[in-house]
Amino acid sequence: MVATLIRLLTGVQARWVGDGAQTLQTDGVRRVFFANHTSNLDGAVIWAALPRAIRDQTRPVAAQDYWNAGAIRRYLAKRVFNCVLIERKKVTRSSNPILVMQQAIDAGESLIIFPEGGRTKDETAEMGVFKPGLYHLAKKDPTVQLIPVYLENLNRILPKGEFILIPLLATARFGNAVELLADDTKESFLHRARKAVIDLKHSGDCHA
Amino acid sequence: MPDLNPFAVKLIVAMLILLGLASVIGMVLAKTIQSESGKKTVANLNARTRAWWVMAIIFGLSLCGGLGGVTVLFGLISFLALREVLTLTPTRRGDHHTLFWAFFVAVPLQFVLVYREWYGLFVAMIPVYGFLVLAIRSAIAGDVTMYLERAAKIYWGVMICVYCLSHAPALLFLKIPGYESHRWALLAYLVIVVQMSDVLQYVWGKTLGKHKVIPKLSPSKTWEGLVGGVVSASLIGVMLTPLTPFNYWQSGVMSLVICVMGFFGGLVASAIKRDAGVKDYGQLIEGHGGMMDRVDSLAFAAPVFFHLVRYYFAIGPV
Repeated sequence: MVATLIRLLTGVQARWVGDGAQTLQTDGVRRVFFANHTSNLDGAVIWAALPRAIRDQTRPVAAQDYWNAGAIRRYLAKRVFNCVLIERKKVTRSSNPILVMQQAIDAGESLIIFPEGGRTKDETAEMGVFKPGLYHLAKKDPTVQLIPVYLENLNRILPKGEFILIPLLATARFGNAVELLADDTKESFLHRARKAVIDLKHSGDCHA
Repeated sequence: MPDLNPFAVKLIVAMLILLGLASVIGMVLAKTIQSESGKKTVANLNARTRAWWVMAIIFGLSLCGGLGGVTVLFGLISFLALREVLTLTPTRRGDHHTLFWAFFVAVPLQFVLVYREWYGLFVAMIPVYGFLVLAIRSAIAGDVTMYLERAAKIYWGVMICVYCLSHAPALLFLKIPGYESHRWALLAYLVIVVQMSDVLQYVWGKTLGKHKVIPKLSPSKTWEGLVGGVVSASLIGVMLTPLTPFNYWQSGVMSLVICVMGFFGGLVASAIKRDAGVKDYGQLIEGHGGMMDRVDSLAFAAPVFFHLVRYYFAIGPV
């Protein structure tokens, strides 16, 4: 029901670029969806755009410092979207974000992450550099599919610092899985993963 | 409830037969046509027919609700169309609150004015106050990059999707002597003629179309489709004369105007879509594209039809 509401509000359309749709049909595969981040709605929108079967086992990853502050945020993060909350600021051994995410994956869940680590501030700004978490997840468990997602118009629907939602139509473009190659360094892998998201931005409407 | 005169009953039966016929033809075509491209066209045709059933039923029910019913329906249509148009408009962060005014003030207010039958403010609200307020709000936000383009595009979207479309339900508040009991029929007349014109232009274009009207703009708009569609839809308009306060030749002229304006509406919509690099405004209505793809012709035809009827047939002050 929450998913239907989000779909109505943002009119989100999932578009599968390449053969993404077929690979998603298979069951039992755990995935990490990684996307550009411009709005607080991002995680919820990707989640709502996923097919039901996959949505039910997918959890957005969100920042503890932001989503644990205040009763409303906490309620949304924990009760509604069942977020995996990670520590961005004071990382200790027990609160290591990679471990927390890995635990969820080990439990058979899929994740939605935003490797930029925060929302892009300026609408004209390029997508930020990826933090290494994605690389560590890929290295720890090569069976996890890493699916790039490009979100369009979310920064117009609910930009950073605004609380009024404008009902424009959002699009979530899902691409083909990015794989960690044998000769990949951390930098080359993260660069390729980031480029996969940027390429989806330019994949245009005609391929839909 | 509207006054269901014998002609209205005949009309409903005729629509059911027409849609039924379209469904049957679609089923037969789906069985007989073998070529890949042909199959695609038929699948699209059948999706369109299914959507027509839904749209016809919703429209019919809203007519039963009188002025309130059609106001709500067209308010929703406006909102959905505006959403599609503004999604294609490259607005910036500074327009966030302007968009709020467009969606949550202009749309409801315009349709409240329709419902209250407040003609004076209905015609002036968006062109005067909307025009100024939207520009002011974007200026207050302080972002000057492409300011005039952004302000103009938002205003244009509100004009076409809200102002122009609101003239369709507004037909119900025109006071025409001897015609009070079935004013709803004028809206039915407009919608049927303009949509039949779209459908028949499509049918004539698909079957006979060769010479493109404006090749750069739209590959599917041909002279054969245009002339065939406009003439045949105008004839349907003449057949619908009993719905209207017009005589037969007046009805013919009105239908002609509706069809030609509808054609231009489609043309302008194509230009905008071309410019934005998309084929359809959205995917809301299966086979048709977005809401705006379905109502672009209506948005152009409604205000002109409204004012022609008001000038020649209605009595003021309204």
